[in-house]
Amino acid sequence: MGELMLIFVSAMLVNNFTLVLFLGLCPFMGVSAKVGTALRMGGANIFVLTITSMVASFLNEYVLVYAPYLRLISFIVVIASLVQIVEMTIKKLSPALFRELGIFLPLITTNCAILGLAIFQTNRGYGFVEGLFFAVGAGAGLTLALVLMASIREQTELADVPAVARNMGLVLIVAGSLSLAFMGFAGLFTS
Amino acid sequence: MSAAGPGGTGPGGAGSAGGDGGSGRAERRLELVASPHLKAPDSTPRIMWTVVVTLVPVVVAAAWNFGPSALLVIGFATLGAMVTERWLGPGGALRDGSAAITGLLLGLTLPAGLPVWMAFAGGAVGIGFGKLIFGGLGQNVFNPALLGRAFLQAAFPAAMTTWPLPTGAELPGGGVMAWSTLRGGTFALPLLGSRVDAVTGPTPLGLMKFESVGTEVSDLFMGTISGSIGETSALLILVGGAYLALKNYLNWRIPVSVFAAVAILSSAIHAVSPAAFPGAPFMLFSGGLMLGAIYMATDMVTSPVTNVGAWIYGAGIGALVVLIRFWGGLPEGVMYAILLMNALVPFINRATQPRVFGTGKVAEASP
Repeated sequence: MGELMLIFVSAMLVNNFTLVLFLGLCPFMGVSAKVGTALRMGGANIFVLTITSMVASFLNEYVLVYAPYLRLISFIVVIASLVQIVEMTIKKLSPALFRELGIFLPLITTNCAILGLAIFQTNRGYGFVEGLFFAVGAGAGLTLALVLMASIREQTELADVPAVARNMGLVLIVAGSLSLAFMGFAGLFTS
Repeated sequence: MSAAGPGGTGPGGAGSAGGDGGSGRAERRLELVASPHLKAPDSTPRIMWTVVVTLVPVVVAAAWNFGPSALLVIGFATLGAMVTERWLGPGGALRDGSAAITGLLLGLTLPAGLPVWMAFAGGAVGIGFGKLIFGGLGQNVFNPALLGRAFLQAAFPAAMTTWPLPTGAELPGGGVMAWSTLRGGTFALPLLGSRVDAVTGPTPLGLMKFESVGTEVSDLFMGTISGSIGETSALLILVGGAYLALKNYLNWRIPVSVFAAVAILSSAIHAVSPAAFPGAPFMLFSGGLMLGAIYMATDMVTSPVTNVGAWIYGAGIGALVVLIRFWGGLPEGVMYAILLMNALVPFINRATQPRVFGTGKVAEASP
Protein backbone atom coordinates (compact mmCIF):
# COMPACT_ATOMS: atom_id res chain seq x y z
CA MET A 1 0.00 0.00 0.00
CA GLY A 2 2.83 2.39 0.86
CA GLU A 3 4.39 1.74 -2.51
CA LEU A 4 1.13 2.59 -4.27
CA MET A 5 0.69 5.83 -2.34
CA LEU A 6 4.26 6.74 -3.20
CA ILE A 7 3.50 6.23 -6.89
CA PHE A 8 0.39 8.38 -6.55
CA VAL A 9 2.09 11.27 -4.71
CA SER A 10 5.09 11.12 -6.96
CA ALA A 11 2.96 11.38 -10.10
CA MET A 12 0.78 14.11 -8.64
CA LEU A 13 3.29 16.44 -6.94
CA VAL A 14 6.95 15.49 -7.17
CA ASN A 15 6.90 14.65 -10.87
CA ASN A 16 3.82 16.64 -11.74
CA PHE A 17 3.34 16.05 -15.46
CA THR A 18 2.69 19.67 -16.28
CA LEU A 19 4.77 21.71 -13.86
CA VAL A 20 7.80 19.48 -13.42
CA LEU A 21 7.99 17.30 -16.54
CA PHE A 22 6.34 19.88 -18.85
CA LEU A 23 4.06 17.35 -20.51
CA GLY A 24 0.53 18.18 -21.60
CA LEU A 25 1.14 21.89 -21.94
CA CYS A 26 -1.50 22.48 -24.64
CA PRO A 27 -4.51 21.98 -22.38
CA PHE A 28 -2.59 23.72 -19.59
CA MET A 29 -2.27 26.87 -21.69
CA GLY A 30 -5.42 26.51 -23.74
CA VAL A 31 -8.21 25.47 -21.39
CA SER A 32 -7.14 27.28 -18.24
CA ALA A 33 -9.08 30.51 -18.63
CA LYS A 34 -11.98 29.48 -16.37
CA VAL A 35 -11.96 27.28 -13.28
CA GLY A 36 -15.09 25.38 -14.31
CA THR A 37 -13.73 24.45 -17.72
CA ALA A 38 -10.35 23.61 -16.22
CA LEU A 39 -11.99 21.19 -13.80
CA ARG A 40 -13.86 19.45 -16.59
CA MET A 41 -10.72 19.29 -18.71
CA GLY A 42 -8.95 17.76 -15.72
CA GLY A 43 -11.73 15.23 -15.37
CA ALA A 44 -11.48 14.31 -19.04
CA ASN A 45 -7.74 13.96 -18.64
CA ILE A 46 -8.05 11.67 -15.62
CA PHE A 47 -10.52 9.56 -17.54
CA VAL A 48 -8.35 9.23 -20.63
CA LEU A 49 -5.21 8.63 -18.58
CA THR A 50 -6.87 5.85 -16.61
CA ILE A 51 -8.06 4.11 -19.75
CA THR A 52 -4.63 4.61 -21.34
CA SER A 53 -2.98 2.98 -18.37
CA MET A 54 -5.30 -0.01 -18.48
CA VAL A 55 -4.84 -0.41 -22.22
CA ALA A 56 -1.08 -0.07 -21.91
CA SER A 57 -0.92 -2.80 -19.25
CA PHE A 58 -3.09 -5.01 -21.40
CA LEU A 59 -1.01 -4.42 -24.53
CA ASN A 60 2.24 -4.92 -22.63
CA GLU A 61 1.01 -8.14 -21.12
CA TYR A 62 -0.61 -9.84 -24.09
CA VAL A 63 0.44 -8.21 -27.34
CA LEU A 64 3.76 -6.45 -27.12
CA VAL A 65 5.62 -9.45 -25.72
CA TYR A 66 5.32 -10.93 -29.18
CA ALA A 67 6.01 -7.73 -31.10
CA PRO A 68 7.85 -5.19 -28.98
CA TYR A 69 8.63 -3.03 -32.02
CA LEU A 70 4.91 -2.20 -32.30
CA ARG A 71 4.89 -0.44 -28.95
CA LEU A 72 4.77 3.19 -30.00
CA ILE A 73 2.35 2.77 -32.87
CA SER A 74 -0.02 0.52 -30.99
CA PHE A 75 -0.12 2.96 -28.08
CA ILE A 76 -0.90 5.85 -30.40
CA VAL A 77 -3.57 4.02 -32.37
CA VAL A 78 -5.32 2.68 -29.31
CA ILE A 79 -5.24 6.01 -27.49
CA ALA A 80 -6.49 7.91 -30.51
CA SER A 81 -9.44 5.60 -31.02
CA LEU A 82 -10.25 5.74 -27.31
CA VAL A 83 -10.34 9.51 -27.32
CA GLN A 84 -12.63 9.38 -30.32
CA ILE A 85 -15.00 7.21 -28.32
CA VAL A 86 -14.85 9.62 -25.37
CA GLU A 87 -15.51 12.54 -27.66
CA MET A 88 -18.55 10.89 -29.21
CA THR A 89 -19.87 9.94 -25.79
CA ILE A 90 -19.51 13.47 -24.45
CA LYS A 91 -21.05 14.93 -27.57
CA LYS A 92 -24.04 12.69 -27.06
CA LEU A 93 -24.37 13.02 -23.29
CA SER A 94 -23.35 16.61 -22.64
CA PRO A 95 -23.41 18.94 -25.65
CA ALA A 96 -22.66 21.93 -23.39
CA LEU A 97 -19.46 20.34 -22.13
CA PHE A 98 -18.59 19.34 -25.66
CA ARG A 99 -18.94 22.93 -26.85
CA GLU A 100 -16.90 24.20 -23.93
CA LEU A 101 -13.98 21.84 -24.43
CA GLY A 102 -14.09 22.54 -28.14
CA ILE A 103 -10.96 21.58 -30.00
CA PHE A 104 -9.14 20.44 -26.89
CA LEU A 105 -10.80 17.08 -26.45
CA PRO A 106 -9.47 15.79 -29.79
CA LEU A 107 -6.19 17.38 -28.77
CA ILE A 108 -5.93 14.99 -25.83
CA THR A 109 -5.23 12.37 -28.51
CA THR A 110 -1.94 13.97 -29.41
CA ASN A 111 -1.31 15.06 -25.86
CA CYS A 112 2.20 14.14 -24.86
CA ALA A 113 1.03 13.51 -21.30
CA ILE A 114 -1.06 10.56 -22.49
CA LEU A 115 1.66 8.89 -24.53
CA GLY A 116 4.16 9.87 -21.83
CA LEU A 117 2.13 8.02 -19.24
CA ALA A 118 1.98 4.86 -21.31
CA ILE A 119 5.72 4.93 -21.96
CA PHE A 120 6.71 5.80 -18.38
CA GLN A 121 4.51 3.00 -17.14
CA THR A 122 6.10 0.51 -19.48
CA ASN A 123 9.65 1.65 -18.74
CA ARG A 124 9.14 1.47 -15.00
CA GLY A 125 7.55 -1.96 -15.24
CA TYR A 126 4.36 -1.02 -13.44
CA GLY A 127 1.70 -3.73 -13.25
CA PHE A 128 -2.02 -3.15 -13.64
CA VAL A 129 -2.78 -1.77 -10.16
CA GLU A 130 0.39 0.30 -9.97
CA GLY A 131 -0.44 1.68 -13.40
CA LEU A 132 -3.90 2.71 -12.22
CA PHE A 133 -2.48 4.62 -9.24
CA PHE A 134 0.11 6.21 -11.51
CA ALA A 135 -2.56 7.29 -14.01
CA VAL A 136 -4.93 8.72 -11.43
CA GLY A 137 -2.05 10.51 -9.71
CA ALA A 138 -0.87 12.00 -12.97
CA GLY A 139 -4.41 13.03 -13.83
CA ALA A 140 -4.91 14.58 -10.41
CA GLY A 141 -1.65 16.47 -10.86
CA LEU A 142 -2.76 17.77 -14.24
CA THR A 143 -6.10 18.81 -12.77
CA LEU A 144 -4.36 20.54 -9.86
CA ALA A 145 -2.12 22.47 -12.23
CA LEU A 146 -5.05 23.39 -14.47
CA VAL A 147 -7.21 24.61 -11.60
CA LEU A 148 -4.37 26.60 -10.02
CA MET A 149 -3.61 28.22 -13.34
CA ALA A 150 -7.27 28.92 -14.06
CA SER A 151 -7.95 30.55 -10.70
CA ILE A 152 -4.85 32.71 -11.08
CA ARG A 153 -5.87 33.68 -14.59
CA GLU A 154 -9.36 34.61 -13.46
CA GLN A 155 -7.81 36.96 -10.95
CA THR A 156 -5.17 38.46 -13.23
CA GLU A 157 -7.83 39.13 -15.85
CA LEU A 158 -8.68 42.18 -13.74
CA ALA A 159 -5.05 43.24 -13.40
CA ASP A 160 -3.50 46.06 -15.35
CA VAL A 161 -1.00 43.86 -17.16
CA PRO A 162 1.57 45.66 -19.33
CA ALA A 163 1.09 45.23 -23.07
CA VAL A 164 4.09 42.94 -23.52
CA ALA A 165 2.62 40.33 -21.21
CA ARG A 166 -1.07 40.36 -22.12
CA ASN A 167 -2.73 36.96 -22.45
CA MET A 168 -0.27 34.18 -23.20
CA GLY A 169 2.79 36.10 -22.02
CA LEU A 170 1.51 36.30 -18.50
CA VAL A 171 0.32 32.69 -18.62
CA LEU A 172 3.86 31.59 -19.42
CA ILE A 173 5.28 33.70 -16.60
CA VAL A 174 2.75 32.28 -14.14
CA ALA A 175 3.48 28.76 -15.37
CA GLY A 176 7.17 29.33 -14.72
CA SER A 177 6.47 30.69 -11.25
CA LEU A 178 4.26 27.71 -10.44
CA SER A 179 6.99 25.43 -11.66
CA LEU A 180 9.49 27.16 -9.35
CA ALA A 181 7.09 26.68 -6.45
CA PHE A 182 6.67 23.00 -7.27
CA MET A 183 10.43 22.54 -6.92
CA GLY A 184 9.69 22.48 -3.20
CA PHE A 185 8.23 19.00 -3.58
CA ALA A 186 11.49 17.61 -4.96
CA GLY A 187 12.52 14.44 -3.18
CA LEU A 188 9.30 14.15 -1.21
CA PHE A 189 9.10 10.75 0.58
CA THR A 190 11.93 9.36 -1.51
CA SER A 191 15.06 10.80 0.04
CA MET B 1 -15.07 48.29 11.92
CA SER B 2 -13.55 45.34 10.24
CA ALA B 3 -10.77 43.43 11.91
CA ALA B 4 -9.62 42.00 8.63
CA GLY B 5 -6.37 43.03 7.14
CA PRO B 6 -7.21 45.24 4.24
CA GLY B 7 -7.00 43.27 1.07
CA GLY B 8 -6.37 44.00 -2.54
CA THR B 9 -4.89 47.14 -3.87
CA GLY B 10 -6.24 49.72 -1.49
CA PRO B 11 -5.08 48.91 2.00
CA GLY B 12 -6.48 50.96 4.76
CA GLY B 13 -9.93 51.49 3.36
CA ALA B 14 -11.71 49.35 5.91
CA GLY B 15 -9.14 49.60 8.67
CA SER B 16 -9.44 51.48 11.92
CA ALA B 17 -11.82 54.31 11.60
CA GLY B 18 -10.38 57.62 12.61
CA GLY B 19 -13.74 58.87 13.80
CA ASP B 20 -14.58 62.37 12.82
CA GLY B 21 -17.50 63.61 10.89
CA GLY B 22 -19.91 64.05 13.80
CA SER B 23 -18.30 67.13 15.26
CA GLY B 24 -19.31 70.60 14.20
CA ARG B 25 -22.20 72.87 14.64
CA ALA B 26 -25.55 71.40 15.37
CA GLU B 27 -27.14 73.18 12.50
CA ARG B 28 -25.64 72.32 9.21
CA ARG B 29 -26.66 72.51 5.65
CA LEU B 30 -27.10 69.29 3.83
CA GLU B 31 -23.77 68.26 2.42
CA LEU B 32 -23.26 65.84 -0.38
CA VAL B 33 -20.04 63.88 -0.02
CA ALA B 34 -19.00 60.89 -2.02
CA SER B 35 -18.02 57.74 -0.14
CA PRO B 36 -15.90 56.61 1.67
CA HIS B 37 -17.14 58.53 4.68
CA LEU B 38 -14.88 56.88 7.23
CA LYS B 39 -11.28 57.67 6.70
CA ALA B 40 -8.23 56.18 8.35
CA PRO B 41 -4.82 57.84 8.44
CA ASP B 42 -3.30 54.66 6.98
CA SER B 43 -2.13 54.79 3.42
CA THR B 44 -0.05 52.44 1.31
CA PRO B 45 3.23 54.35 1.79
CA ARG B 46 2.59 54.69 5.52
CA ILE B 47 1.99 50.96 5.97
CA MET B 48 4.93 50.00 3.80
CA TRP B 49 7.41 52.33 5.49
CA THR B 50 6.19 51.17 8.92
CA VAL B 51 7.01 47.61 7.88
CA VAL B 52 10.44 48.79 6.77
CA VAL B 53 11.01 50.45 10.17
CA THR B 54 10.02 47.29 12.06
CA LEU B 55 12.59 45.41 9.98
CA VAL B 56 15.43 47.73 11.02
CA PRO B 57 16.19 45.86 14.31
CA VAL B 58 16.27 42.60 12.37
CA VAL B 59 18.74 44.10 9.91
CA VAL B 60 20.89 45.44 12.76
CA ALA B 61 20.94 42.03 14.43
CA ALA B 62 21.81 40.44 11.10
CA ALA B 63 24.62 42.94 10.60
CA TRP B 64 26.02 41.98 14.00
CA ASN B 65 25.72 38.26 13.26
CA PHE B 66 27.13 38.18 9.77
CA GLY B 67 29.23 41.31 9.49
CA PRO B 68 29.55 43.70 6.58
CA SER B 69 28.75 40.93 4.08
CA ALA B 70 25.18 40.81 5.37
CA LEU B 71 24.72 44.54 4.96
CA LEU B 72 26.12 44.41 1.44
CA VAL B 73 23.85 41.53 0.41
CA ILE B 74 20.77 43.24 1.85
CA GLY B 75 21.79 46.53 0.27
CA PHE B 76 22.30 45.10 -3.19
CA ALA B 77 19.07 43.08 -3.08
CA THR B 78 17.21 46.27 -2.18
CA LEU B 79 19.07 48.18 -4.88
CA GLY B 80 18.14 45.55 -7.47
CA ALA B 81 14.49 45.76 -6.52
CA MET B 82 14.38 49.55 -6.46
CA VAL B 83 16.31 50.08 -9.69
CA THR B 84 13.97 47.69 -11.51
CA GLU B 85 10.91 49.37 -10.06
CA ARG B 86 12.23 52.78 -11.07
CA TRP B 87 13.17 51.59 -14.53
CA LEU B 88 10.11 49.54 -15.49
CA GLY B 89 7.47 50.55 -13.01
CA PRO B 90 4.94 53.36 -13.20
CA GLY B 91 6.22 56.79 -12.22
CA GLY B 92 6.38 57.53 -8.53
CA ALA B 93 6.00 53.88 -7.57
CA LEU B 94 9.23 53.98 -5.59
CA ARG B 95 7.76 56.31 -3.02
CA ASP B 96 5.22 53.80 -1.70
CA GLY B 97 8.06 51.72 -0.31
CA SER B 98 6.85 48.35 -1.54
CA ALA B 99 9.93 47.80 -3.68
CA ALA B 100 12.13 48.62 -0.69
CA ILE B 101 10.31 45.98 1.37
CA THR B 102 10.65 43.38 -1.36
CA GLY B 103 14.39 43.99 -1.60
CA LEU B 104 14.86 44.09 2.16
CA LEU B 105 12.93 40.86 2.73
CA LEU B 106 14.74 39.15 -0.13
CA GLY B 107 18.08 40.21 1.31
CA LEU B 108 17.10 38.82 4.69
CA THR B 109 16.38 35.39 3.18
CA LEU B 110 19.77 35.07 1.47
CA PRO B 111 22.96 33.57 2.88
CA ALA B 112 25.45 36.22 3.95
CA GLY B 113 28.25 34.97 1.74
CA LEU B 114 26.29 35.33 -1.49
CA PRO B 115 28.01 37.44 -4.18
CA VAL B 116 26.28 40.78 -4.29
CA TRP B 117 25.56 40.59 -8.01
CA MET B 118 23.38 37.55 -7.35
CA ALA B 119 21.50 39.45 -4.67
CA PHE B 120 21.02 42.29 -7.14
CA ALA B 121 19.73 39.86 -9.80
CA GLY B 122 17.34 38.31 -7.29
CA GLY B 123 15.86 41.68 -6.43
CA ALA B 124 15.48 42.57 -10.10
CA VAL B 125 13.81 39.26 -10.99
CA GLY B 126 11.55 39.41 -7.94
CA ILE B 127 10.25 42.85 -8.82
CA GLY B 128 10.24 42.35 -12.58
CA PHE B 129 8.71 38.90 -12.87
CA GLY B 130 7.03 38.80 -9.49
CA LYS B 131 5.28 42.14 -9.53
CA LEU B 132 5.63 44.49 -12.50
CA ILE B 133 4.69 41.90 -15.10
CA PHE B 134 1.34 41.53 -13.33
CA GLY B 135 0.76 45.27 -13.49
CA GLY B 136 2.47 46.49 -10.35
CA LEU B 137 1.55 46.79 -6.71
CA GLY B 138 -1.60 45.01 -5.66
CA GLN B 139 -1.99 42.83 -8.72
CA ASN B 140 0.68 40.19 -8.30
CA VAL B 141 -0.07 36.59 -7.38
CA PHE B 142 3.23 35.48 -5.85
CA ASN B 143 5.23 37.19 -3.15
CA PRO B 144 7.91 39.06 -5.17
CA ALA B 145 10.68 38.59 -2.59
CA LEU B 146 10.10 34.84 -2.43
CA LEU B 147 9.84 34.55 -6.19
CA GLY B 148 13.22 36.28 -6.44
CA ARG B 149 14.62 33.85 -3.90
CA ALA B 150 13.13 30.82 -5.66
CA PHE B 151 14.76 32.05 -8.86
CA LEU B 152 18.13 32.35 -7.13
CA GLN B 153 17.72 28.93 -5.53
CA ALA B 154 17.05 27.37 -8.94
CA ALA B 155 19.81 29.30 -10.71
CA PHE B 156 22.61 29.20 -8.13
CA PRO B 157 21.90 26.22 -5.86
CA ALA B 158 25.47 25.95 -4.58
CA ALA B 159 25.88 29.60 -3.64
CA MET B 160 22.41 29.63 -2.07
CA THR B 161 23.22 26.79 0.31
CA THR B 162 26.64 27.97 1.49
CA TRP B 163 26.05 29.10 5.06
CA PRO B 164 28.81 31.18 6.67
CA LEU B 165 29.47 31.16 10.40
CA PRO B 166 28.04 33.93 12.60
CA THR B 167 30.20 36.39 14.50
CA GLY B 168 31.75 34.85 17.59
CA ALA B 169 31.54 31.26 16.36
CA GLU B 170 34.61 29.12 16.92
CA LEU B 171 36.74 28.65 13.84
CA PRO B 172 38.06 25.19 13.02
CA GLY B 173 41.66 26.43 13.19
CA GLY B 174 41.20 28.03 16.60
CA GLY B 175 40.00 31.51 17.46
CA VAL B 176 36.60 32.99 16.78
CA MET B 177 34.97 34.57 13.73
CA ALA B 178 35.60 38.30 13.77
CA TRP B 179 32.78 40.72 12.97
CA SER B 180 34.56 42.37 10.07
CA THR B 181 35.47 39.17 8.19
CA LEU B 182 33.82 38.94 4.79
CA ARG B 183 31.76 35.76 4.84
CA GLY B 184 32.36 34.55 1.30
CA GLY B 185 32.77 35.73 -2.25
CA THR B 186 30.85 38.92 -1.62
CA PHE B 187 32.56 40.80 -4.43
CA ALA B 188 32.79 37.91 -6.89
CA LEU B 189 31.85 38.88 -10.44
CA PRO B 190 29.53 36.97 -12.75
CA LEU B 191 30.98 34.36 -15.12
CA LEU B 192 34.52 34.64 -13.78
CA GLY B 193 34.25 31.51 -11.71
CA SER B 194 36.49 32.87 -8.97
CA ARG B 195 36.84 30.57 -6.01
CA VAL B 196 36.74 32.17 -2.61
CA ASP B 197 37.47 30.36 0.60
CA ALA B 198 34.93 30.84 3.33
CA VAL B 199 34.39 29.19 6.67
CA THR B 200 30.93 27.72 6.63
CA GLY B 201 28.79 25.85 9.08
CA PRO B 202 25.67 23.73 8.81
CA THR B 203 22.30 25.27 9.56
CA PRO B 204 20.28 23.80 12.43
CA LEU B 205 17.77 22.40 9.94
CA GLY B 206 20.54 20.88 7.86
CA LEU B 207 22.04 19.28 10.95
CA MET B 208 18.66 17.90 11.89
CA LYS B 209 17.86 16.62 8.43
CA PHE B 210 21.12 15.03 7.43
CA GLU B 211 22.73 14.15 10.75
CA SER B 212 19.80 14.09 13.18
CA VAL B 213 21.55 16.51 15.52
CA GLY B 214 19.44 19.05 17.39
CA THR B 215 20.28 22.64 18.35
CA GLU B 216 19.53 24.46 21.61
CA VAL B 217 16.26 26.37 21.27
CA SER B 218 17.75 29.35 23.13
CA ASP B 219 20.41 29.68 20.43
CA LEU B 220 17.68 29.60 17.81
CA PHE B 221 15.69 32.21 19.69
CA MET B 222 18.56 34.67 19.98
CA GLY B 223 19.91 33.93 16.53
CA THR B 224 23.54 32.99 17.11
CA ILE B 225 23.52 30.26 14.48
CA SER B 226 24.36 29.72 10.83
CA GLY B 227 21.58 30.39 8.40
CA SER B 228 20.09 33.00 6.14
CA ILE B 229 20.83 36.59 7.11
CA GLY B 230 17.48 37.32 8.68
CA GLU B 231 16.24 33.90 9.73
CA THR B 232 18.35 34.00 12.80
CA SER B 233 16.76 36.14 15.48
CA ALA B 234 13.26 34.93 16.23
CA LEU B 235 12.85 37.40 19.09
CA LEU B 236 13.22 40.60 17.05
CA ILE B 237 10.97 39.30 14.29
CA LEU B 238 8.27 38.41 16.83
CA VAL B 239 8.43 41.91 18.37
CA GLY B 240 8.16 43.58 14.96
CA GLY B 241 5.30 41.31 13.98
CA ALA B 242 3.42 41.98 17.21
CA TYR B 243 3.64 45.72 16.58
CA LEU B 244 2.35 45.34 13.02
CA ALA B 245 -0.48 43.11 14.21
CA LEU B 246 -1.46 45.70 16.84
CA LYS B 247 -1.53 48.39 14.16
CA ASN B 248 -3.66 46.02 12.06
CA TYR B 249 -1.08 46.18 9.28
CA LEU B 250 -1.01 42.42 9.09
CA ASN B 251 -3.71 39.87 9.61
CA TRP B 252 -2.74 38.14 12.87
CA ARG B 253 -4.73 35.06 11.87
CA ILE B 254 -2.13 34.12 9.28
CA PRO B 255 0.98 33.82 11.51
CA VAL B 256 -1.10 32.34 14.34
CA SER B 257 -2.51 29.63 12.11
CA VAL B 258 0.92 28.91 10.59
CA PHE B 259 2.45 28.49 14.06
CA ALA B 260 -0.49 26.45 15.29
CA ALA B 261 -0.38 24.09 12.33
CA VAL B 262 3.38 23.60 12.62
CA ALA B 263 3.24 23.12 16.40
CA ILE B 264 0.35 20.65 16.35
CA LEU B 265 1.60 18.56 13.44
CA SER B 266 5.22 18.42 14.57
CA SER B 267 4.24 17.61 18.18
CA ALA B 268 2.03 14.78 17.00
CA ILE B 269 4.68 13.33 14.71
CA HIS B 270 7.40 13.87 17.31
CA ALA B 271 5.30 11.95 19.84
CA VAL B 272 5.07 8.98 17.48
CA SER B 273 8.74 8.94 16.51
CA PRO B 274 10.88 11.19 18.76
CA ALA B 275 14.20 10.02 17.36
CA ALA B 276 13.58 10.84 13.73
CA PHE B 277 11.56 14.04 13.96
CA PRO B 278 12.18 17.17 16.07
CA GLY B 279 9.48 18.61 18.29
CA ALA B 280 7.51 21.82 18.11
CA PRO B 281 9.98 24.32 19.73
CA PHE B 282 12.75 23.42 17.33
CA MET B 283 10.40 23.54 14.35
CA LEU B 284 8.98 26.92 15.32
CA PHE B 285 12.23 28.76 15.95
CA SER B 286 14.49 27.24 13.31
CA GLY B 287 14.93 28.29 9.71
CA GLY B 288 12.86 30.93 8.03
CA LEU B 289 9.57 30.10 9.68
CA MET B 290 9.39 33.27 11.81
CA LEU B 291 10.37 35.64 9.03
CA GLY B 292 8.19 33.79 6.53
CA ALA B 293 5.07 33.53 8.66
CA ILE B 294 5.20 37.11 9.93
CA TYR B 295 6.60 39.13 7.06
CA MET B 296 6.11 37.09 3.88
CA ALA B 297 2.91 35.13 4.30
CA THR B 298 1.05 38.21 5.51
CA ASP B 299 1.74 40.26 2.41
CA MET B 300 -1.58 42.00 1.87
CA VAL B 301 -1.58 41.46 -1.86
CA THR B 302 -0.85 37.76 -1.92
CA SER B 303 -2.85 36.55 1.08
CA PRO B 304 -6.59 35.81 1.17
CA VAL B 305 -9.02 38.67 1.73
CA THR B 306 -11.45 36.77 3.96
CA ASN B 307 -10.71 35.75 7.54
CA VAL B 308 -11.81 32.18 6.95
CA GLY B 309 -9.49 32.16 3.98
CA ALA B 310 -6.65 33.48 6.16
CA TRP B 311 -7.04 30.53 8.57
CA ILE B 312 -7.04 28.04 5.70
CA TYR B 313 -4.07 29.74 4.06
CA GLY B 314 -2.01 29.81 7.27
CA ALA B 315 -2.80 26.21 8.14
CA GLY B 316 -1.87 25.18 4.62
CA ILE B 317 1.50 26.90 4.90
CA GLY B 318 2.18 25.23 8.25
CA ALA B 319 1.24 21.80 6.96
CA LEU B 320 3.39 22.17 3.84
CA VAL B 321 6.35 23.36 5.94
CA VAL B 322 6.12 20.25 8.11
CA LEU B 323 5.66 18.02 5.06
CA ILE B 324 8.69 19.41 3.21
CA ARG B 325 10.95 19.60 6.28
CA PHE B 326 10.12 16.08 7.49
CA TRP B 327 9.76 14.15 4.26
CA GLY B 328 11.02 16.35 1.46
CA GLY B 329 14.44 16.35 -0.11
CA LEU B 330 15.23 19.84 1.20
CA PRO B 331 15.98 20.80 4.80
CA GLU B 332 13.82 23.94 4.61
CA GLY B 333 10.49 24.49 2.94
CA VAL B 334 9.05 27.78 4.17
CA MET B 335 9.67 29.57 0.88
CA TYR B 336 8.07 26.85 -1.21
CA ALA B 337 5.18 26.47 1.23
CA ILE B 338 4.33 30.16 0.98
CA LEU B 339 4.70 30.23 -2.81
CA LEU B 340 2.46 27.18 -3.18
CA MET B 341 -0.19 28.69 -0.94
CA ASN B 342 0.13 32.00 -2.82
CA ALA B 343 -0.84 30.08 -5.91
CA LEU B 344 -3.90 28.76 -4.08
CA VAL B 345 -5.02 32.18 -2.83
CA PRO B 346 -7.26 33.05 -5.80
CA PHE B 347 -8.97 29.70 -5.34
CA ILE B 348 -9.32 30.23 -1.56
CA ASN B 349 -10.76 33.70 -2.12
CA ARG B 350 -13.24 32.23 -4.54
CA ALA B 351 -14.22 29.39 -2.21
CA THR B 352 -14.59 31.51 0.94
CA GLN B 353 -16.49 34.35 -0.65
CA PRO B 354 -19.18 35.37 1.85
CA ARG B 355 -22.71 35.30 0.55
CA VAL B 356 -24.15 38.56 -0.61
CA PHE B 357 -26.44 40.05 2.02
CA GLY B 358 -30.02 39.24 1.28
CA THR B 359 -29.36 36.35 -1.05
CA GLY B 360 -29.81 32.65 -0.46
CA LYS B 361 -27.44 30.33 1.31
CA VAL B 362 -25.35 29.64 -1.75
CA ALA B 363 -24.18 32.74 -3.55
CA GLU B 364 -24.33 31.80 -7.19
CA ALA B 365 -21.11 32.81 -8.91
CA SER B 366 -21.77 34.60 -12.14
CA PRO B 367 -20.88 32.35 -15.06
